[in-house]
Parts: sequence; structure tokens; C-alpha cells
Amino acid sequence: MTVNYNKNEMIPAPVVDPDSKAFWDAVQNQELVFQKCGDCGRLRHPPRPVCPKCRSLNIEWEPSSGKGTIYSKTIYRKSPHPGMKAPFTVVLVELDEGLKLISNMVDIKNDDIKIGMQVEVVFDNLTDDLNLPKFRKVD
Amino acid sequence: MFDQYLSRRYQKFGRPDPSAYLIKDKTAIAGIGATEFSKNSGRSELQMACEAIIDAVEDAGLKMEQIDGLVKFAMDYTDEMHLVSALGIKDLAFFAECGWGGGACCSTISHAAAAVATGMAKYVVCYRAMNERSGRRYGRVPGVETVMAAPNDHYGYIMPYGLAVPPSWVALFGTRYMHDYNVTAEQLGWVSVVLREHACMNPEAMFYGVPATLEDYMASKMIVEPLRLYDCCVDSDGACAIIVTTTERAKDLKQTPAVIMGAVQGIAEQGEMMTSLYRPKISLLPEVWYAGQELWRVSGVTPKDVDVAQFYDAFSPLIPMQMEEYGFVEEGEGALFCEGGERIRIGGELPCNTSGGHLSEAYIHGMNLINEAVRQVRGTSTGQVDDVEISLVTGGLGVPTSAILLRR
Repeated sequence: MTVNYNKNEMIPAPVVDPDSKAFWDAVQNQELVFQKCGDCGRLRHPPRPVCPKCRSLNIEWEPSSGKGTIYSKTIYRKSPHPGMKAPFTVVLVELDEGLKLISNMVDIKNDDIKIGMQVEVVFDNLTDDLNLPKFRKVD
Repeated sequence: MFDQYLSRRYQKFGRPDPSAYLIKDKTAIAGIGATEFSKNSGRSELQMACEAIIDAVEDAGLKMEQIDGLVKFAMDYTDEMHLVSALGIKDLAFFAECGWGGGACCSTISHAAAAVATGMAKYVVCYRAMNERSGRRYGRVPGVETVMAAPNDHYGYIMPYGLAVPPSWVALFGTRYMHDYNVTAEQLGWVSVVLREHACMNPEAMFYGVPATLEDYMASKMIVEPLRLYDCCVDSDGACAIIVTTTERAKDLKQTPAVIMGAVQGIAEQGEMMTSLYRPKISLLPEVWYAGQELWRVSGVTPKDVDVAQFYDAFSPLIPMQMEEYGFVEEGEGALFCEGGERIRIGGELPCNTSGGHLSEAYIHGMNLINEAVRQVRGTSTGQVDDVEISLVTGGLGVPTSAILLRR
């Protein structure tokens, strides 16, 4: 795992609200899903209660392909948080379905992470209550 | 070039006719004030706010009793109620607060200008007081158990991955911006170096007397790639205050009025609090572009008319990115424009951040940039540009943004 969590410290956990609950529930079941408009079919992330295209309140949850490419990245040389050990990289992944997700990479050196690199989702089991979607390089 | 820029994305559907815009030429900045800028003010933010406001009232040649409006930053820990009591302001007819960190700076002026243009108030103070270096320093992650997040800020989608502090948020934009347009570290370095030159002309700047070369920039510590220490603004304690009134009243006061040609705000689709990373393209800044469109629409001028600019510079890549979105250069050419420093230094084609900006003067959430823009109009800057007619200030970006255009 590329991000070295300091297990003696609490890791910042996501805030779950009624709009994001289905996303995080799926993640805890090791599934990556995105919000989809129940009427016009438009995908969106982060979750919000209304479709910005047709203003429908009908929401479906679509399983993601989990596949994408690295769109941007940054390497921390100093940790911003006691729960994480520097250096570590944060990536912005563009998934094949066109949505973007902030995440980390696993099983790779920081300097080997490149824009355009093909990646796929894996689930990092941080605690009994917290999985996070992460990505690994696809050869 | 500008026509091409206009046609790129702007849809003027439903925008009011510029003749309906009551702020242009009829409102002005009549006074500016500030405390010293330091790493540790040693006094309360309330006291800092009071000192800056007293300074601005005196600068304008007003009496405190004449102040009847106050506009604050939503992020400011002081408030209008305590300021009224502390300063002995008699009554306040107009008060408002503006959101989104440094995005609020020029918003405060637009609120104040709207108030004086519509007769809600006569003399409105806009201010920001922050012990940001010695007090609540940004970049400290608040709370380690659960991410502190308003539900719609979506911090929950970024914090667990360690994307926790402002430079890292901007770093993701910066990496992709550099990738999309082949921007080099040296090009960004010139932004930092020129602003330091300007700070070295300004005795009030925190980096006065501390020159830096491109070599110093390249050797400065990497914080969050691609941002080096010299790409980041200087954490500061300080306060600034600005007084807005009608141009007619301002003419009877002590200073040359800085007449407001435009004061605008902008929010665009898929924006987040500094993490608008889910858009199709992140090397563009749609809210900045929109604010620019509004600014040129209401003021009736174009970027080529601007003599001096104070761009919001929390981090150095933001200056070339804004040059593109405000239409000074074409998409992808901002960093090239900054290369070598000639075009952006005093005496250049577009002198930028002439007091040293946030990178080298102080970081007072854009309000010190407004003070400098006013000094440029008055002809009293330590980095004075010759024959300034039109002076631009832009607000914080990567957040809902704002901008003002001033003239002599």
C-alpha cells in the first residue's frame, strides 16, 4: 500500500450524509458505484440529490467499471496529518465512464505514478468499519 | 484575440443590459487602511480590525460616526456587532458578509458598492482581520477523528486520501495545468521571483529586504509536488480595511477616488471548495472565466485597457491560469507570458502584484491586493506603474470568486 497510515492515529473518515450514504455503503461492500439519473441516465459524482441536466429526483446507483487512467497527481513531501506518513501520493483518476475520483495508488512507488497510466480499483481495508476505493496500475 | 476569447464559451442569455449596472463610475473607494503585516501580531483579531478601520477612516478624511455600513468575510472571526461597540460607530444601516475565503475580497466591494449606489448606506467599510500565522493557521487539518465537513463541501471524498490542505488541492490543478500546456517549473518560478522583486521595493512587505533569484526558487523545498515553498503565499497576521462610497461624495474627501468600473462575483457549474476536480478539464477555471466575462460586460473595457493587475496569488500557478481566464492571453499561454519576468514586472506589458502580492507582501485574503490597486490609481505605490488609468484586482479562486476594476 502506497499510503502508509499511522495506525496509532485516527484516519480521517468520510462524513456520510443522506446524499452520500449509498456511495459509502457500497464501498464498505467493496463495490464502486456512481449516482445515475433515474430518468435521463446521466452519471454524476460526487452524489447530489438532483440531476443537474433534467432536475429529476429519481436516483439509481450504477456499478463502475473500476477502470480508468491517472488524470493528475501530487506527492506530499511532508505529511499534513498525523494519521499518514509522508511521502505519499494523491491521484485524480478519470474513470472510463468519464467521472473523476480522488484516491491513492497501491503497490507502486510514488515517482512511478504517471499521468495517463491505466489503473483499476481495489479496496483498502483500513479498519473494520472503513474500506476506501484505491487504485493499482494495470499492466 | 479577445473576440475569440469572448466566443469561446460565454452565453449572455439573460444578462442585464450594462446600462442597468448602477455601480459603474458612480461608486468609488475613498479610503484604505491596514495594520503592519507580521508573523505574530501579539493582539486580538478584533483589535487588528479596529486598527485597520481607524486607519482607513482617517485616510479618507471621514469621522467614525459617519460610517453606516460594514461588510465582513464570512470566515472572519470578528463581526459587525462587536466592531460597532468597539469603534463607537453610532448606527449601522447596512451589513453583509461574503463567503468562500479569499474569494470574498472583491465580493465585499461589490456588496458595499451596491449598498451606496442604491442609497442603503453612505460610507461602507469592508475589512478582513486575520492572525493566520500566529492563530488559526491554514493547512492544519481540523480534527483527526472525523473530517470536519459541511455535507455539500464534499471533503469526505478527499480527506481520507490525505488530500487535506490547500496547497495539495491546488497542486492537483497545477500538475495537470503543467501537463496540458507543457509548463515548466522555471516559468512558474518567474512569477515568484518577480513578485519578490516587487516586495523588495515595499517596506511594508514581509519579504522586504529578502531578494530571491530563480536559483533560490528552484532550490526551495518541495512542499506538495509540483508546488515548492516559494510557490506558496506567506502566512501572515494583519488586517486591511477599505471604504466605499459614491464617487460624488468621494470627490469631497481627502484622497483621489479610485472609481469603481466593475465589481463582480462568479460561481460556475461543478464547483467545490478548492477541489473543483471533477470537471471535464481542470486546467481551466470556469468561475474565473465567468467573473471575467461579467467584469468586461459591466465595465465596457477589455483586458488590453488594463494598466496594472493584482491577481489573487495564494499559489504561483494561479497567476498564469487567471491571465488566461480573464482573457489577457490565450488558453495555455499564461506561463509563457510570465517566463523571463519582463512582461509582468513593473514597467512591463502587464505589471502584476506590484506590492509583492500574497507570495511576498502578506496574505490578507486579497484585501492587501485591493489596497495596492487603489494606491496604483492614486499614484502612491512603492512599485508605482506610470500613468495608471485602469487597475484590476481578482479574488480567490478555486472557490467562488470575485473581481473589481478601478480607474482614476
